[in-house]
Parts: sequence; C-alpha cells; structure tokens
Amino acid sequence: MNTLQLYRKLDWPLITCYLILVISGWLSVFSSVYDPELSTGIMDFSQRSGMQFIWIVSSLIIAALIIFVINPKVYNVAAWIFYGISIILLLSVLVLGVEVNGSRSWLVAGPLRIQPAEFSKITTSLALASLLGGYNFRLKNLTGYWKTAAVILIPMMLIVMEKETGSALVYLSFTFMLYREGLSGWVIILGLIAILLFVITLTNSPFISITILFSIMVIARGIFTRNLIRHILFLILYLPLIIFSPRLGNLSISKTISHWPLFIWPLIAVLPPFVYHIISTFREKKLYMWNILLSSLAYLILIFSVNIVFDKVLQEHQKARIENLLGITEDLQGAGYNVHQSKIAIGSGGFAGKGFLQGTQTKFNFVPEQSTDFIFCTVGEEYGFMGSLFILLIYTYMLIRIISLAEKQKDTFARVYGYCVASVIFLHFFINIGMTIGLVPVIGIPLPFISYGGSSLWSFTILLFIFIRLDLERWR
Amino acid sequence: MAFEFKRNNILIIGIIAVSAIIAVRLFSLQILDKEYKITASNNAFRYETRYPARGLILDRDGNILVGNETSYDIMVTPYEVRDFDTLDLCGIFSLDPLTVRETFKEYRKNRKRIGYQSLPFVKQISFREYALFIEKSYKFEGFSAVSRTIRSYPCNAGANLLGYITEVDTAFLRRNPEYKRGDYVGRTGLEQSYEGLLRGRKGYNIYLRDVHNKVKSGFADGKYDMDAIPGKNLISSIDAPLQKYGEDLMKNKAGSLVAIEPSTGEILTLVSSPGIDVEKLASINKYFAELVKDPLKPMFNRAVMSPYPPGSVFKLVNALIALQEGVIDTTSRYPCSMGYHIGRGVACHAHPSPVNFTQSIMMSCNAFYCYAFRNIMDNKKYPGIASAFNKWREYVTSMGFGEKLGSDFPSEQGGTLPDVSTYDRIHGKNRWSSLSIISLAIGQGEIGVTPLHLANFAATIANRGFYYTPHIIKGVQDTLINADFSQKHYTKIDQEHFNKIIHGMYLAVNAPPGSGATATRAAVSGLDICGKTGTAQNPHGKDHSVFICFAPKDNPKIAVAAYIQNGGFGATWAAPIASLLVEKYLKGEISRKDLQEYVFNGNTIVNVPR
Repeated sequence: MNTLQLYRKLDWPLITCYLILVISGWLSVFSSVYDPELSTGIMDFSQRSGMQFIWIVSSLIIAALIIFVINPKVYNVAAWIFYGISIILLLSVLVLGVEVNGSRSWLVAGPLRIQPAEFSKITTSLALASLLGGYNFRLKNLTGYWKTAAVILIPMMLIVMEKETGSALVYLSFTFMLYREGLSGWVIILGLIAILLFVITLTNSPFISITILFSIMVIARGIFTRNLIRHILFLILYLPLIIFSPRLGNLSISKTISHWPLFIWPLIAVLPPFVYHIISTFREKKLYMWNILLSSLAYLILIFSVNIVFDKVLQEHQKARIENLLGITEDLQGAGYNVHQSKIAIGSGGFAGKGFLQGTQTKFNFVPEQSTDFIFCTVGEEYGFMGSLFILLIYTYMLIRIISLAEKQKDTFARVYGYCVASVIFLHFFINIGMTIGLVPVIGIPLPFISYGGSSLWSFTILLFIFIRLDLERWR
Repeated sequence: MAFEFKRNNILIIGIIAVSAIIAVRLFSLQILDKEYKITASNNAFRYETRYPARGLILDRDGNILVGNETSYDIMVTPYEVRDFDTLDLCGIFSLDPLTVRETFKEYRKNRKRIGYQSLPFVKQISFREYALFIEKSYKFEGFSAVSRTIRSYPCNAGANLLGYITEVDTAFLRRNPEYKRGDYVGRTGLEQSYEGLLRGRKGYNIYLRDVHNKVKSGFADGKYDMDAIPGKNLISSIDAPLQKYGEDLMKNKAGSLVAIEPSTGEILTLVSSPGIDVEKLASINKYFAELVKDPLKPMFNRAVMSPYPPGSVFKLVNALIALQEGVIDTTSRYPCSMGYHIGRGVACHAHPSPVNFTQSIMMSCNAFYCYAFRNIMDNKKYPGIASAFNKWREYVTSMGFGEKLGSDFPSEQGGTLPDVSTYDRIHGKNRWSSLSIISLAIGQGEIGVTPLHLANFAATIANRGFYYTPHIIKGVQDTLINADFSQKHYTKIDQEHFNKIIHGMYLAVNAPPGSGATATRAAVSGLDICGKTGTAQNPHGKDHSVFICFAPKDNPKIAVAAYIQNGGFGATWAAPIASLLVEKYLKGEISRKDLQEYVFNGNTIVNVPR
C-alpha cells in the first residue's frame, strides 16, 4: 500500500469529533469573555478568543506534523527518553516554576509559558504503552505491577508536590487501561467501595458506614460460597437488629432486666453473630476469605481515619469543596460560589439555550474561571440541554471510537496507548463536566479540546493525534 | 453471540453509564428544576450591582488610617431619559448646560452600544446636592442616585504610603476584564499593593422589569440576590501618632524620615517630604495635574525610590568590612591632617589626630576611612583590585544595599551600587586602583542608597548583624501574611564587630561636649541613642544632612534614618529630627521643647534647587 492510499485510511470520525469540539470551544471562549461594551470581535488577539484561535491554528499544525512528518516508530523507540525529559521538566518546575493561583506548575522562558504537567500525561501514556507492549512483560507478576505503578506514580507525586492535585488525579485514570490489560476488576470495585464509605462516613456516621461495610462483606461471602440467597436472608434478619441496637438500652424491657450501662446492650445484640460470621469465614480456609478479611480491615481503618484525613491531610479549600458538594455545609458565597453560579448558568439555559453570545450569567462575570475550567457553563447556558447533550454525545462517541480502534490494533503498544488516551480524556471529561453540574467536587482540570489555554489544547491534540497516526500503521 | 462481556465492552458500558448519569443530571438541571431558571427570560430581569465596602487600613494599634464614607453618584440610563429641564438639572449639580447637551449627543450616537445600561453621570456629589436631587427626582426620568463608598482619612498622616484609588479607565479595563466601568482601583501605595484583598467582591440585586422596562419589584424577595462581600481590613505596622509627628518634623524640608522596629522589620514611620496631603487623596482627580506639575515632586516616594549618596554614614559599612577582613582592629590608629593627601585626596574637618577606631566613628574622620578602605582594596589576600572589590561588594549587598529589599512597596527601588564593570567602563579595564575609587570610603561617588536602605542598615546594626525585610503590612484582619517577612537575613559580618562600631556610635551621640563627637545634639538622657551623622556632597547645591541611629543601645526598640536634602551638616537637621522622633516613640513626649521648636520652624526647602 503506498503512502497516498495509506492516508485515505485516516480515521475521519475521530478527526471530525476533534474539530467539532475545538470549534465549539473557540466560540464558547469568545462568549465567555465577550463584553458588548468593549468587544472588538472574535479575532481580537488581546482577548482570549483571539489567543485561542492562535492555539487552535498551532494545534492543527502540530496535528499535521504528527500525521504527515513524524515517523510513528519514534514513539515506541523513544518513549523512555520522552518520559525522562518530562520527569526532568516536572522536577525543574519545582525549582524554577512560577506560581499561578497557588500552585507552582508553570515554567516560563521568555514569552513562552508551559505547564509540564499537561505534557507528562502524553509521555506517561507512551511509557506505559512501551512497558506493557514489551516482550516478556506480564502484568500478572509482582515485578510487572511494581514497574507499572512506578511509571504512573513518579509523575503523579511530582505533580502533587506542585500542588496541582487535580492534574495528579488524572493519573489514576490509567487504572481503566490496566483493567483492560488484565488488572483484576476488583481493584476498581474496591476503589469505588472506598469512595462510597468515605462519603457515607462524612455525610452520615461511622456507624452507618460500618453497617454497610458488614453487609457488603456478607454479600461478598455469599457470592464466593455460591450461597447468595442464604446470606441475603441472614442480612434481612440481622440488619434491623444492628440498626436499632444503639436504642436497645433505652427499652423498658432491658431496664427491667438489669441496670447495666447503656452501651452494653448493643454489644450483646450485635457481637455474637458478628463474631460467628468472622470465625466461620476463617474456617473456610480459602484465599478469598483472606481477601475479604484484609480489605474489610483496611476499610475499617479508612472509616475511622476519615475525619483525620479530612481535617489534617486535605487543604482548606479542598475540604470546603467536598463539604459543599455533599451538602454538609451550604456556603454560596465562599466555597460553593463557583458551583452555585455554574449551576445557575447551566440551568438557565433551559431546553434550547439562550443563543450564541446571549448568555447573561457570563456577561456579568458571575462564574469565575469562565473560559478555562468552567467553560461548560457557557455551553449549557447558550446552547441549552440540546447543545450540552450534543457535546456529551460527541465525547461519548469519541471515547467509544478510540476504544474500539484500540481493540483492532495488532500491536500491543498501539492498543495500550489507545486505552491511555481514552482513559485520560474520559477522566477530564467526567470530572470537569461533573463539577460544573455539582456531581463531583470542584477539581481544577480543563475540559479537553474546549477549555481556553495553549498547554491544555496542545497536549490533548498531541495525545489524540499520535493515536490517530499509530492507527494508520495497522493498514501497512 | 455477537456481544460478550469482554473487558473492552465493560469499559464502554461504563463510559455510556457515566454519560447517561451526566445527561440525567443535565436534564434535571436544565429542564425539570425551576430553581435555576431565574435568568431564563433575562429581559425581564435587571441586575443592580451592590458594591462592597473597600477594606480599611489600620495602624499598628488599630487606629483607622483609611476608612470609608458614603458618597453618591448620579447614574443615567439614556434609554429611559425623557425630555427634562436641562437648566434645572444643571442647577442642582452646578454643571455647564452645554457640556450636558454634548454628553447627551454622545449618548445618542452610541445608543446601540449603550442599550439599557446605566452610566455614571455625575460622581461623588455632596450630600446637599443629593438631597436636592432626591426632592426633584420625579422630574428627571432615567436618572438615579447610587450610593457608594469613598475613602476617608481620619488621621492626617501617611498619604504617600497609603496611595489613592481612582476610577478604572478603558486601558485598564482591557487589561483587567474582571473590572467593570465605574469600579475603583488602587493606583499607588498600599491601595495598589493590596488591591486584591481590599477590593472585596461585588454582589447584585435582581429586579423584575415589566414590558415597559420599568423596574417593578425585587425578584423572589431577594432569594437569588447576591450579597457584596466587603474587602479585608489591612493592619499596617505604621504608628499613626508617630507618623503624624514625623510629618510635622519634616514640614518645609525635602527628604525622608524612616523608622523601623528592628526586632520585626516593621516600618513604624515612613515620611517622604514634601508629600501629598491626605485631604487631596480622597479626590485625587481634582489635584492630579497640580501635583504632577510641582517641581518638588510630592507624588514621588523618596523614602523608597530616591538613590542618595549616603555620605559618612557609610563609614560604618567600611568599618565593619575592614574589621571582618582583619585589615584593621580596634587598636588601629591613623593620622589625619585635615584630610587624606594621597592621590586626589579627601579633605576632613578639624579634630584631634591621630584617631583610634572608636574615635574615627565618634568624630567621623575621613582620613581613617581612606586608610581602612585602601587596606581592604589592596589586601594581599586577593590577587587584584577586582577580586578585592568583589569581596567588598559582597559584604555591602549582604547588608541590603544595592538591591531592592523586597518590602511591600510596589515602587521600591534598589539604589545603585557600582561593580567592577562600572569602573572598567569609567577608567578602562585594569586601569583603576584603590585610589581611583577612594570616594566610596566615605560614602560618596558611584553609590546611591534609599532612605529605606539606611533605616534598614540602622536596624541591622541594632540587631547586631541581621535584619528582617522592612515591611508596612502586618496582616490582613486576623491572619498574618507573607512568611518571608519573618525570615532573618544575616549579613556576612560577625556579631562581635557590630558591638565595636556600636561603641563608637554611642560615643558619637553621648560623649561629653568638646570631645569632638559629631552628634551630641541628638543625645537624650536615659535613652542611650547610638547614631552616626553624615554630610553628603552632591551636585545639587548645599550638602545633604544625614543621620542614622537606634535606641536604646541594649535591646533596641527603634531604628531611624533621616535624610534632609540640602540641609547642610548631619548634625544640623537630620540628627535633631531623628532624635526627636526616637524620643517621641520611646518616651511619648518631648523634653527638649526648644529643639522641637527649632525643627518645626526650620526651613531647608528653600535651599532645594528646582
């Protein structure tokens, strides 16, 4: 197949999605900085819309370079060199970086300002692909796990040290790729359970968390022993007892029996079945029982340390954002301000939106970070439910497309890289849109291809187009 | 089976599930939920901005330096204006009817751009004008009065430090889109440095309009209104009564007076004279042209910007370096016959000769420092003058000279400190020697320091070898800011050497009259002031009068630098002014009434060339 024929096989659906997102991003950036009093049009280079145009054009040039000029073999061969360079850049940011909005993540050289954290996503993806795609590499053994974890955690830790917690979270998304490559699905489930218990402990009480943990444990045992129904019956009988146990001491009947201290009663009611359950789990002497017991122990520690983690480890603003999301505190002036304003902006869009440049919430500067992290507000306000749904569908389609293309790769390197791309875009997309509509706490990461900013647009363009170029190779 | 639960498919299902959750949430926000519909038909709503009160600036004891006062602006919504009696309106605000007509012509021309917006029409009207307007407002449809706060200055002190606020202009708006037309912004001094904290956040009220664009009522009883958040109060380190006293002392003198608390680096007083009167600050626009034209430059903060020759005060620096380098010690004695007569030579005044180390400070002998300086520069330890000079320069910068100290004044300047290349340029490479740069020995020549540098140096001596970056803001409301300000900066000089020069400084002030001490005029019994005079030659006429001091000698509470342009000898003006300030701070009242009278009545500003 000659070169021309090869380029006919370019994946146009992906490129079309990319162009739609980039252009709607540009229009939204223009909308979000638009001031009817001062505006001089979308191409005014002193405004963000004009700058975004420059970023878009340069991104297209980069994309063209990746497709037509750079030999795709270089990515696998030089993956570790790129990775090394990005680690050095991340280190140098810690030393030489410039502080912007409380985090030290910008490297400034003359007129050029770059954020190495944005680009290290690409190099980490390449390094992971190269690692997992290597001969002899198996994710099943311990060495494999350690190597993979190190590749992900080194840049992640450096970014945490730059106080860019949001960007660091993105690296957790590689778990999805690892799941495809053979990581046990339990890791993801255990992670979700941890989040669930964390939230319940914060919003309700450790007591309810422990009750839920116990139920999960019983059900898990039921699944493993293939005796689910009996375990569920046990739960149905036993749960009310647990739930009412704190009040047992107050019943008149218990008072007539004895004048023991109040806390004794719940213990008498709850402990025996609990202990019996643990002992009988031990008796099975199977591997899964160790898993269940150890993870339960870990969760118990988590439940009792939630308050400590929350008070001591998290920073003040992170705490405030989580409390606000969970409705523990309602502070519409402070931590809740962004989200509240953002919900108003999106909610006021209604079904069809107010139309291009007609958004009012944006014109009054009500939503801070309007053109970067909260760009989705502009989409929601000006294009309404239809427009938001459209963007949502484009992302969903794009992600599915990347995954199915990745599955078609003959080369493990390309497949793993494809999954990395999908994972990174997915996490950004979910967290960013999620925070503007109050589903996840406010975490300052951009919306791929749409948010204002050169570093972010360039890095997502490079990330995606390397995959599109790699995909061509399978036709050779 | 076409579909299997393979892992790629499970991931795809996960993605679809997440998208579905987002879609459901969007549906409930945008379609179902009525709470977020408040702006859905935004033409029916009118947002009225609520302006936050700007943060106050307090002095170290909580006295208000800058407060707020209510004032009224008249706003006009050209779209709503109907025919009205122009002369009547002009009568209320004493405006020129012609300019009013011009303004309205302007509005008509830009009516598309203006739309329904309200524009400021007359600003900061008096209360009388406001009352008159309210009475007649039914006649002027489309005009309304909006209250806003302007700055007030209850203590008449520190105008140059505080800075002023002005309305934002178009150029500023383009650079800072978060501001809106009609907002005020700090333009100099503290108002500028701490703009972000002082500013607060605007809120809004939402009103319903009817079809005729008349405002009917507040929307939903103000449920969706946003309160303005007032700016944060700044606590400055300034001592307001002391600042006021300093300004009184500096009346009719050009120069600066800076006092620092050595144990913290907090600036107690910083006077730049002539300065701006606080009464002019509140309505700076009115006086701006006049202030800019003044040849004495009252807007220029000399204390942190102006590089002056330090004069003899700088001998202390050379003394410390010479001691540290071991090229002199306290037993060194050098002759002086009315000066130092090698090379170009440096003159000196009449005093006993030869002098030892302590006397050299006490009597401020030029010759002694020429010897000491040449010992530093011609030290055999170094291969040549350039490396000896670099070493010297290293010591000098470690004392804070030649660079910005990093205070919280936006306009702070670093002064000038020559380096090897400076002299290579003047004399040619390797064509200069310790004699060519001998002026530096006595603080003349290519060196320029700000009064803040000098005060900081006095504080460094008071601390016996370290300083805190001088600063003027202690904290914001209850939180302390900027940890850099609590960092000790050590000089490269050992502590013991400081005690040696302090002994000389103590005698310079407290030696019995007739002993040749230069600053006996500054002595206050019981305060143990240690000081050093300076008389700086300059190309602008009469010598500058310089004095730095700190007190008490042990456990110092205040360090002062006084710099009086064209004031003559250091002992003539600078020493009395600085010592009065010290006395006022430490004792609370002045025992030397006649000296105070002498300073109050003194006028050196006549000597200043314009």
